[in-house]
Amino acid sequence: MAKGDPGGTTRSRRAAPRSRKGTAGDPELVQLLTPEGERIDSVTGPDGTEYRVDFTDEEYRGLYRDLVLVRKLDAEATALQRQGELGIWASLLGQEAAQVGSGRALRTQDMAFPTYREHGVLYCRGIDPIMPLGLFRGVDQGGWDPNEFKFNMYTIVIGAQTLHATGYAMGITMDGKTGTDDGEAVIAYFGDGATSQGDVNEAFVWAGVFNSPMVFFCQNNQYAISEPLERQTRIPLYQRAAGFGFPGVRVDGNDVLATYAVTRTALDNARHGQGPSLIEAYTYRMGAHTTSDDPTRYRIASEVEAWQAKDPIARVKAFLEKQKIADADFFAEIDEQARRESVHLRERVLAMPDPEPVTMFDHVYPNGSPLLDEQRAQFNSYMESFEGSAH
Amino acid sequence: MATETLTIGKALNTGLRRALENDPKVIIMGEDVGKLGGVFRITDGLQKDFGDQRVIDTPLAESGIIGTAVGLAIRGYRPVCEIQFDGFVYPAYDQIVSQVAKMHYRSRGKLNIPMVIRIPFGGGIGAVEHHSESPEAYFAHTAGLKVVSCANPQDAYVMIQQAIASDDPIVFLEPKRRYWEKGQVDLDAPLSDAYPLHSARVVRPGADVTVLAYGPMVRTCLEAATAAAEDGRELEVIDLRSLSPLDLTAAYESVKRTGRAVVVHEAPSNIGLGAELAARITEECFYSLESPVLRVTGFDTPYPAARVEEEYLPDLDRVLDAVDRTFGW
Repeated sequence: MAKGDPGGTTRSRRAAPRSRKGTAGDPELVQLLTPEGERIDSVTGPDGTEYRVDFTDEEYRGLYRDLVLVRKLDAEATALQRQGELGIWASLLGQEAAQVGSGRALRTQDMAFPTYREHGVLYCRGIDPIMPLGLFRGVDQGGWDPNEFKFNMYTIVIGAQTLHATGYAMGITMDGKTGTDDGEAVIAYFGDGATSQGDVNEAFVWAGVFNSPMVFFCQNNQYAISEPLERQTRIPLYQRAAGFGFPGVRVDGNDVLATYAVTRTALDNARHGQGPSLIEAYTYRMGAHTTSDDPTRYRIASEVEAWQAKDPIARVKAFLEKQKIADADFFAEIDEQARRESVHLRERVLAMPDPEPVTMFDHVYPNGSPLLDEQRAQFNSYMESFEGSAH
Repeated sequence: MATETLTIGKALNTGLRRALENDPKVIIMGEDVGKLGGVFRITDGLQKDFGDQRVIDTPLAESGIIGTAVGLAIRGYRPVCEIQFDGFVYPAYDQIVSQVAKMHYRSRGKLNIPMVIRIPFGGGIGAVEHHSESPEAYFAHTAGLKVVSCANPQDAYVMIQQAIASDDPIVFLEPKRRYWEKGQVDLDAPLSDAYPLHSARVVRPGADVTVLAYGPMVRTCLEAATAAAEDGRELEVIDLRSLSPLDLTAAYESVKRTGRAVVVHEAPSNIGLGAELAARITEECFYSLESPVLRVTGFDTPYPAARVEEEYLPDLDRVLDAVDRTFGW
């Protein structure tokens, strides 16, 4: 799919004309593409909203390309960590559809506030995937301008960014940038564990009270490191929205089409001044929380296998094949592109220089500080005292 | 020159009004800052004149105030957040320390968070618990934050405007028990000519002992200096004004002359501002010192019940007692 906004106006000739409310297994779950690759024409959400997508063949192929590339780049980062080239990596494996679907639903003017796992959203924003790797390699702590990319720096503290997103959305309202098709909206990413945080609940309160143009996008990947969802909530997460006075919907987070449809609708509602909403993208973290984690200590293989059968990429491939939207040459070409991009990523990670130690004193304050000037000078003269010695 | 007699509270109010007038990106947010004008009336009348989009009554959650202000700052606004009382800032501590203080650093200088966090601080008003605390060391210890405190109406008026105009995130500590004290304020002097925000100032010259204070304790120390003068001892009182970064140029110069230094603050002594000041003065003025640097502070207890706070807080007699002790070495 091309960067920017997919139009999504031309319905595929081959889309099967089916519609239903939710899925057979979970009537609350919005799904437009089954794990078997069966296309559902439209779905009605719990509040009566009808969800559908009308993609061209090219756009379907574009989504597949996104999913494959994002997974491949993620796997490359995991490999780099295993080889000692990254300090840690938070893999998105299993969550590709939730991220590509929501990421592609963003319009150019929209602002995203990620956690530390939104590599797929970052990719869909057209951002070079090398950008966040400095953080995980330990050569910087982000280092980009959120406003340049319409994508905030990764936030490690769980849930803190949801308040930033809410404040940013309040600013959109204050700037008068809602109420039209080219209005602005914000998406705040967080996980199931974050829903227990005070900040997230405060963000819900604020967004509701100020009718902020934003979407709370919760990737419920079933685990907060080792703790299962049952340790965070006793009701389905999307239902929490009702208590805060805005709509909530649960979407099949392994279904890129449904995730796109639900997110696009919610963002457009927000930009038109209809306020916030909560999306619970129901998905599964196929890998570890991070490369420091060992998920075999807290979950069983059969559970992972059950989710493997709901893989977000396999179902798109099955759909493309069945509908003859893509052929073997196309899949081979995508695999080759993914391989090339991951090799390129690896080369650039290996070439990342360590920062000069003295740069640790830079950018503590926009206006500087005499204390830091003094410490920097002391540090420099201390380091210089080693010149000519074995150090 | 339009000079008016204003209280510290009214001087802050007037300074905030000026900031709102001068920059449409300045917004005020906090609990009860709108119609009520804040529990201390520091924002009195501002919502009426600037509207509820610029003077925003927020939900009652401090982390939410600071966290949403971060987002507004990313959007290009200059939020001035009021925390209602010192003891209520802790729910926002994570946002202040982990987000506000670090955003500029994490972005390698590409993002500024030009936020002011106003906190009425200190005791002496007979309040119930959590309303009389002095949390300055927590913030002064945090890289990425600057911390200032005003002690008179003129400084209140100028410093709040300087803090708002600064691109640094600034914790602005207001000496709440001094809100009603009056002084002359020059309302017309241009901000660009004003005394620098992060500079200390000698507020009373003297040859015998250097006394360092800030916020509510400046007046206490000035009173102590008056009393000491009657006994023939001249105290040099320095209002630090900026707690992070500290400006100790005047203090070093002074201590090299007097050979004696007393630090006064309401906050407990253990690992506090006084310890840092003592260490740095000792390093810089070691051969001039006639006695160790002494501290007069609150005790290392939780802030006590109001009926005993007079005994907890440093007062004129405790300052003079420490001054006397510097002559005992």
